[in-house]
Amino acid sequence: MRNFEVAIIGGGVVGCAIARELSKYDVRVVVFEAGSDVASGASKANSGVIHSGINSPPSSLKAILCVEGNKMFPLLSEELSFPVKWTGKFVIAKNEEEVDELERLMETGIKNGVENLEIKEGDEVKKLEPNISCFSALWIPTAGITSPYEFTIALAENAVENGVSFLLETEVNGLNKKNDIFSIKTNRGEFKADIVINASGLNCRKIVSMVEEPDFDIYPCRGEYLVLDKNYRYLINSMIYPVPVKEMGVLGVHLTPTIEGNILIGPSAEFIEDSSDISTTRKMMKQLFHEAKEILPSLPEKGVINAYSGIRCKISSAGEGLADFRIEESRNFRHMINLIGIESPGLTASPAIAKRVVGMISNIIDLREKRDFKVRKRKKRFSEMSVEEKSIMIEKDKRWGRIVCRCENVTEVEIIEALSNILGAKTLSAVKYRCRAGMGRCQGGFCTQHIVRIMEKNFGMKIKDIKLKSPNSYMFCGKTREENE
Amino acid sequence: MNEIYVDLAVIGGGPAGLASAISAKESGVEKVVVIDRNSWLGGILPQCIHDGFGVEEVGKSLTGPEYAEMYIKKAEEKGIKFMKETMVLSFNKKLQILAVNKKGLYTINSKSIVLATGCREKTRWHALIPGTRPSGIYTAGVAQSFINLYNIMPGKKVVILGSGDVGLIMARRFTLEGAEVAGVVEILPYASGLPRNVVQCLEDYEIPLFLNHTITLIEGKERIEAVTISKVDENMNVIEGSEKRIECDTLLLSLGLIPENEIAKTARIEIDDLTGGAVVNQDFETSIPNTFAVGNCLQVYDTVDVLSIDAKTAGKYAGEKLVYGGKEKFNCIKVVPGNGIRYVVPQKIDRTGKVIISLRVRKPGENLTLVIKAKNKEIFNKKMPWVNPANMVRMEFNVSEEIFSYESIEVELK
Repeated sequence: MRNFEVAIIGGGVVGCAIARELSKYDVRVVVFEAGSDVASGASKANSGVIHSGINSPPSSLKAILCVEGNKMFPLLSEELSFPVKWTGKFVIAKNEEEVDELERLMETGIKNGVENLEIKEGDEVKKLEPNISCFSALWIPTAGITSPYEFTIALAENAVENGVSFLLETEVNGLNKKNDIFSIKTNRGEFKADIVINASGLNCRKIVSMVEEPDFDIYPCRGEYLVLDKNYRYLINSMIYPVPVKEMGVLGVHLTPTIEGNILIGPSAEFIEDSSDISTTRKMMKQLFHEAKEILPSLPEKGVINAYSGIRCKISSAGEGLADFRIEESRNFRHMINLIGIESPGLTASPAIAKRVVGMISNIIDLREKRDFKVRKRKKRFSEMSVEEKSIMIEKDKRWGRIVCRCENVTEVEIIEALSNILGAKTLSAVKYRCRAGMGRCQGGFCTQHIVRIMEKNFGMKIKDIKLKSPNSYMFCGKTREENE
Repeated sequence: MNEIYVDLAVIGGGPAGLASAISAKESGVEKVVVIDRNSWLGGILPQCIHDGFGVEEVGKSLTGPEYAEMYIKKAEEKGIKFMKETMVLSFNKKLQILAVNKKGLYTINSKSIVLATGCREKTRWHALIPGTRPSGIYTAGVAQSFINLYNIMPGKKVVILGSGDVGLIMARRFTLEGAEVAGVVEILPYASGLPRNVVQCLEDYEIPLFLNHTITLIEGKERIEAVTISKVDENMNVIEGSEKRIECDTLLLSLGLIPENEIAKTARIEIDDLTGGAVVNQDFETSIPNTFAVGNCLQVYDTVDVLSIDAKTAGKYAGEKLVYGGKEKFNCIKVVPGNGIRYVVPQKIDRTGKVIISLRVRKPGENLTLVIKAKNKEIFNKKMPWVNPANMVRMEFNVSEEIFSYESIEVELK
């Protein structure tokens, strides 16, 4: 089928949230994603924070949608089975001068409707966070953490379960409109749609420029992170933020516990030319460590086990301060909805953005609710089961008794199920993000070979077609020796 | 839940596990079981198809699979039982092992346990190499298993970071399979693998070795495209302006090995931060009585030969302790690494008689003396014409009753 009512460009968290919201209605929806899986860009590489909404100016879209989105997470997490933890967050003032900033944040928060904000004295903070020293701190109990890729994958897979078509490794390279119908050119041929949603993140300008001259620019701003070993999880209980760095329009290097039990340090903020350059740099690794050490003096030198970066989609340059989200219909092309400048707090706002976009769509076409909308129940992982549950599963299917990833105790069945995902994502990363195989301390040293064998044997994949994470990230150049030669 | 009762359970069927199981059996232990998570025995040896194994131990040069076969046969002949494709999840101080395989979960009740869980390779993140995160970056051992066990070729133009033995051997292996090895990059001023491997794997094939160099950037958005190598000064700081870009489609990491002790940690065995392995006495007994640690999970050995020799000692003692009861014990004294020494095994001594001390020095040197001191009093010394961190030092030391009047003895290099 190549004719759809709604075509969504981009399988990041925003595109997937819109797709999932639309899947509640009787409407034909397609999502085009250039990567080999959803959450291939900034949706995967961020702090995984469910923000409270204290950081954006009152009545901005960022503030409204962040506060609204935040409140949607408890129900979403239940309906989609992805993890959420309400750790709360401290913004710390190192000295008396910074206290003014805390008061301003609190005032903004109250105006935005953030509840239960409280400024705590340094010694009170010390009781809750023994490793943190500060003058005083703003306590934000409604801030939480999630696993951003598990959330995005859950949204996408639930959307597919409810009838949405997802096309991975499908890049949109042309767009035009004739007789009220959009025709969308991709590397997999042409598609037609009545409504186009541009949720392509950093590529939003590129997509807009296919139909009209954009009235905005993108200023890619890279944020690098360091990941601490799980052994140091005890160092903090909640998120620890400095007062925001205003000039850059970012929140500053902070410490965030992750769902898995690591601690993230970051992100840095650096405007760069190439919006796809997700490198990490020696300079920033040093700086991040240095800044984090100021917040947490007992940070261990040897504790860093990983580093990554993500790119913020900013539509204001360094000196211009904060810009708001833009969620609007194109000036010249009706029925094309552009989502521009969706950066932090985009992850938190994504479900509220989806509601808003679906509202806009309902003004264009008639949306009728489905009767048989399904929620998504994730199966318990082997590592989460009791001894009795494990025994029962192995009795039913002996592949539950074959551990493939020894660091995370992932079984053969779980690998096969991850590879059978309804989206059709078949990279090693797709496996990793669905069942955690390869995510442990040996980083795939033991299980990669076994997963590759399963890809070959159970899924008939050719060695040369096995990829790490993206369309051209091939793992092997072929067989060492060809057989039957 | 399946219940099994054994006398001695060996966790890990690599060379250390097999050697200790055989020795325990030879000491008269009745029911010995070797548990391994792979479908094969021999651990890493089946993928080590080069030769050089067994020279010190049996006086002939075998390939990895041949060396493994020698032990597997012997273990079979002795009537040792194997549980393959079985993963140990945990064990406790009562020596009950929880394990799983395709037939279900097992409680293995044992009177004695030998941990032979091996080691794992350090990854890119141990060195925190900046740059992108493309495909084509493999640890040397993973690349070795792909080529030798699975007939899969990871890439065609290779740079290797780290001159550990596996890295050196893979430089040769890739060359023999028609790939180009652009160089081996080593941050230290000397190779960290065995000297014979530097000659046989690099020099014989004219593969360049960049000493005092490290990789400072990885390029390539999807597949790796190039690395930048830079010179470092004596404090290992990168020298600006010394960068050199090398195009490649594969980066192999041979950054060293880490003892694998996640199972040991489930029983809260005491771990030595210096070795990453269990704290043991001269008979390889850990902080949990009747639980022993052998092989690369105890300390990373240079050769399988020495590893097997130690594992046999441990297996024999574990067996004798079960059958006859242990030797006479004294109060436990600590063995502490002093000046110039990175680590020492055993970390404690609690009986008299012959003891073998293994250690690694911090840096290379010539004409030095290894000294054992008790409260500043020299009680033993050994002349060392040369030492190198890459070569484990072994010395035999006769423990007399006198040293038990001290709390600890210290080993240092002078």
